[in-house]
This record gives sequence, C-alpha cells and structure tokens, in this order.
Amino acid sequence: MTASTTSRALSIETSAIGRDFGSGKTLNRAVGALSLEIPHGELFGLIGPDGAGKTTLLRMMAGLLPPTRGTVRVEGFDPFGKEADHARDVVGLVPQEHSLYGDLTVGENLDFFADLYGLDGEELRTRRERLMSITRLGTFLDRRAAQLSGGMYKKLAVACALLHQPDVLLLDEPTNGVDPPSRRELWELLYEFVDQGMTIVVTTPYMDEATRCHRVALMDRGEIIAMDAPERLVASLDAAVLEVSLASVPNARERATALVESSELVIASAPLGASLRVVVESRNEAALAKALEGLGTLSRTAPSFEDLFLTAIARREKTAATKEAA
Amino acid sequence: MTKSIVVEGLGRRFGDFVAVRDVSFHVQKGEIFGYLGANGAGKSTTIRMLSGLLAPSSGHARVAGHDISKAPDKVKASIGYMSQKFSLYLDLTVRENLEFFGGIYGRWGRALDRRVEETLESIGMRELASTSTAALPGGLRQRLALGSALFHQPPIVFLDEPTAGVDPASRREFWKLIRGISSAGTTVFVTTHYMDEAEYCARIGLMVAGTLVALDTPAALKKQWVPGRILRLEGQGLVRALPAVRGLGGVVEAQSFGNGVHVRFDPARTGDEAIVASVRALPAVAVHSVEAVEANLEDVFLAAADAKAEKAIRGAA
Ligand SMILES: Nc1ncnc2c1ncn2[C@@H]1O[C@H](COP(=O)(O)OP(=O)(O)OP(=O)(O)O)[C@@H](O)[C@H]1O
Ligand SMILES: [Mg+2]
Repeated sequence: MTASTTSRALSIETSAIGRDFGSGKTLNRAVGALSLEIPHGELFGLIGPDGAGKTTLLRMMAGLLPPTRGTVRVEGFDPFGKEADHARDVVGLVPQEHSLYGDLTVGENLDFFADLYGLDGEELRTRRERLMSITRLGTFLDRRAAQLSGGMYKKLAVACALLHQPDVLLLDEPTNGVDPPSRRELWELLYEFVDQGMTIVVTTPYMDEATRCHRVALMDRGEIIAMDAPERLVASLDAAVLEVSLASVPNARERATALVESSELVIASAPLGASLRVVVESRNEAALAKALEGLGTLSRTAPSFEDLFLTAIARREKTAATKEAA
Repeated sequence: MTKSIVVEGLGRRFGDFVAVRDVSFHVQKGEIFGYLGANGAGKSTTIRMLSGLLAPSSGHARVAGHDISKAPDKVKASIGYMSQKFSLYLDLTVRENLEFFGGIYGRWGRALDRRVEETLESIGMRELASTSTAALPGGLRQRLALGSALFHQPPIVFLDEPTAGVDPASRREFWKLIRGISSAGTTVFVTTHYMDEAEYCARIGLMVAGTLVALDTPAALKKQWVPGRILRLEGQGLVRALPAVRGLGGVVEAQSFGNGVHVRFDPARTGDEAIVASVRALPAVAVHSVEAVEANLEDVFLAAADAKAEKAIRGAA
C-alpha cells in the first residue's frame, strides 16, 4: 500500500455515480446515482436481479468504464483523473466472463498470469499451492484449459486472478458453476484476505454467499433499495414467512403447491423438505390460511436472506406495474 | 412405468484419464432426475454421451428407445439438449432464435409459425418475441434456451446447469416451467450446483470423480448420508469456534452456513441442551438463536465426496 492511502478511512467512495447507455428513446440508466462508502477490510456484496447494474458499477470502480455522472475514488485515487495509474495499481477486477488461453495447460495459464503481474518467489509459490488446493486443480496442471469442465475452467480463471493480491478486489460472480465445497473454501480465502486488510466487493446470485458478506447493497434497476449487514436486513423484513404443514388428504402437496403458486396473495414459495415455505404480506396471512383450509395449516418460521430478496424485488415490481398502469 | 433412459456400465476415457467410470442407472418417463457432483465429476460428459454427441468408451445406454452407440442420430432427434455453454444467437431476436431451431428440426411454413407461437407462450415470452436476444437478462436467455431445447417436442430433455448465474426469483420461475413439462410427461435430466434446486428432483444421482456413488430420493439420501440431528446456531464468534465445536462429545460435524453454523450430533450420545450449553461455554462465543434444521443436500454432497476420497486413499494403501 502506498503511504498516502493508509491514512484514509475509506477504501472505495462513490458519490452520486451513474452510467447511462444509449440515448433518446433507448436511454438506459444502468446505474442511477449511487453513493457508497466502503471502509478498508470490508467484504461488501452487491446483490440484485439481472440488469440491476452490478457489473456496470464494478467496472466503473475498476476504472474500466467512465461514469456518466458522479465520481468514484479508490484508495483516494480517481481512476478517471490524473491519478488513474495509481488507481489501477491498487484495484483488481475479476470479470464474470474470463478468457484463459485454451491451448495452454492449467500450469501454463498460472505462469502466464504470474508473469503478467510480475510475481515470483516464495509468496507466489505458497499462494499458488493454496489456490490449487481450494480449486482441486492441483492434479490437472498438465491439462489444457480447453479440456476442463465448465466449473474447473471458472475456478482456474478466478485462481489466476487471485495470484496477485490487490488492495481492492472486485469480483463479478466468481462462483457461478462452482461446486459447493470449492465455493465454501473460496469464501474462507476471501475472509483471510479481508482479515489482512484487503477490501472486497463481490456480486453473487447465491443467497448463502450474500449472508457471508459484512454488508450488502440490495440493487434493482440501477438503484440501491437497501443497504446494511445481511442479518440486519433479514431482521427488518416485515412480511410473514410461513411453513405449511400439510394435512393428510390425497395429493395435499400437489394441491397446496398449485394453490400457493397461483395465489395473488403469495410473494414467494418453495418446497421445504416434505412441506412448503411461503412468504406473504403480513396482512394477507389470515386470507392465505383460509385459502389453504383442509390442505394444511400455517406456522411462522424464521426468515432467510432469500425471503428478503424475493420480497423486496416482488414489491418493486408491483409498484412499477401500478405506476405503469396509472 | 416406462423407462426413458437406461444406462448400463457406461464409461468414457480421454487418453488415459477416466472421466466417467462404469455408470448404471435408469430414469422413468416424466421423472425429474437430478445429476449432482463436484466440478469435473463427469456430469456433462455423461449428458453428452446420452445425447448422442459423444461416443462412449464402454458400456451401453438406450435413450427414448434408441441405442446411443448404434443410433446416435435417432437419439439426437428425440431429445432436447441445453448445454452448459451459451447456445443462442445474440444478434437474432427471440422469435428468430426459435425459428432457427425449428429450421434445424425440419419445420417450415405454417407448422413452424404455429410451433413458434406455442413455444413463446409456454415459456411466457410472447411479449418479448421481437426483442434482441442480446438485450435479454440472463434469466430470460435461459428460458429462451429451454424453449429452443423443447421446440421439437422431444420426450426427454437434458439440461446442463440451466440456471448457473441466475438470480433466485428467475430460478424459481424457471423451475416452475420444468415442473410443468415434467407433469406433462417429458423426462427431465438436469444438473445443478444449487442444492435448493436439487430438492425439486424426484431422484438424484451423485457423481464423485466419474463414479456414481449414490442414487435415491432427496429424503433417502439425507437419511443415509447425514444421520443425526442438526442444530443451527447464530450469534458471535461461532465460525472461529468451529474447531472447538467439532471436538465436543457427540458432535459428528460442524460447518458454517451463511451467517450461522450447523452442528450435527448423535442424539444417542448428547442432546440439544447439552450442545448449546457447551458451545456457550467456549471462549468469545455468544449464541443468540438455536433452531433444529433438516439436513440439506449440501451436507449429503460433502459427506459423499469425503467417503469416496477416504475409500480411494484406503484402497491405495
Ligand atoms: N476433451 C477432453 N479431453 C480431456 N479431458 C476432458 C475432455 N472433456 C472433458 N474432460 C475431463 O473430464 C472430466 C469431467 O468433465 P465434465 O465436463 O463431464 O465435468 P462436470 O461434472 O460436467 O463438471 P462441471 O460441474 O464443472 O460442469 C474433467 O476432468 C474434464 O477435464
Ligand atoms: Mg458440466
């Protein structure tokens, strides 16, 4: 880290940053005007449906895409100003789609990226070994990248990017297609990185990973709709999360599922072992109980981050639909 | 019940590497069959063989009544296949992509138009027909890819990680479609790394390093591979205390899950209260909530992978 940066409290700071694509009728506000303050050593998650603007925001933070409005500072540097080179030195982005060299082997790809980052010595060796153990690619060093399975390829790409440890690491969906054991270990590695002072911003479609972040911003259509520690966001959920205990009548599960899935009252539903899990607005709880009479009974259960996500997005869609109709 | 897919001793090598080893199973008509396993376990390789795209090195399989080695073209014509890699034309519109698939399967004229409309309807994308595919968010692209795989109304579809990278709301919508086609009689063979999706499957085959190590209903797999009782604890300092928790009497396993930890124990040796009291007694630990939870398929996944690794090590020794 450079001397000028260690004294600063914030690692990433955006001020009303936004980005449009297209113009006129086809103008798309991919990111509205977002102000974020991310301190050093924070593991910050950007969570949202497709098209929320997560990738666009990361690319602006990385200095790869100039904002239409607002500013960003990374470790105090403006990636689009005079200090662009400094900013580029402290930040690393792992994009969603990576390209490795398909005709190089796993080992050769790692060597290539180590050279690119100018790394060598003991530290590189230990990090490389650790990454090979997490990704379980250590026994495939001689296999060409093009012959790896989908998830192995993804893991190799992330491993190549993690060979060097920037002050600020931006990860765009690093675990898509990655199996559960490797996902778990990759997150343990991220925790180690932030313990050592690295700042990480990560996007993920996995809700269990969202809850592993110190803090998350829930994004939708270029806006932040909520931002807090994940457990606090879940605790703030004001909808009713219910478990349906099925009655012992023929086809109870199928009938209850069909009812719940077509009901206007229901925000979200999913199978839960042999029963069902349902989220409704609290005021609709009684009405749903009535609708399910004879098929099952309802009891409240602890909400999860996924419940929060589904509720927040469903409510936004409802408001958008009413606005459009008006 | 009729069998849609019958696999006997199927194997595939690449050079001297065995990607799939002596796999046998069958899938019923209309069943949702889940195929799980770590990266590189051999899922896609199996699917490519069963789709008539890759010749097996050993063994046999019949798919929709056709032998995959002797009649791969008949197999291809009677299945839908959604590959793990993206398979749509980004510079075409939604409708054009479907028309393109229709062309491959020899449909034209009014029959083609009708089928395009039906497909748009069934995947809920009629309003998006003239949208450029490049402009679609990931979840909708996957739905369109499913529509393309189902275009020629095959009795069997192979879906290789159809929802990778898709957000929870879109994944649930996607699975509604899958359950719909299954109850209409289409056999669904699907791979996923989302354990919540695996719960939708009637049966699951678990692959470890090319070998099928388990095959059963989700409930039976949990019972067999993850016996005992599981408590979910939330609070402070729990993740750091995991090694100590693992050492408590009667504890079989302790893992972090989201922002809590899951402690699995043998109820014959200890109980809820004893476990919670011993965890609370650990230094720098606070427990705010305790809840009994069902084993999930991720636990099964981890347990099966471990057992196989152990066996391999023991076998070598
Ligand atoms: N053409 C090939 N040459 C050499 N090895 C190959 C080839 N194709 C696949 N393999 C190897 O076969 C193994 C199984 O690959 P496969 O794609 O079936 O895995 P998978 O279970 O689908 O994994 P994932 O979850 O990552 O998609 C991997 O080790 C892969 O590298
Ligand atoms: Mg695969």
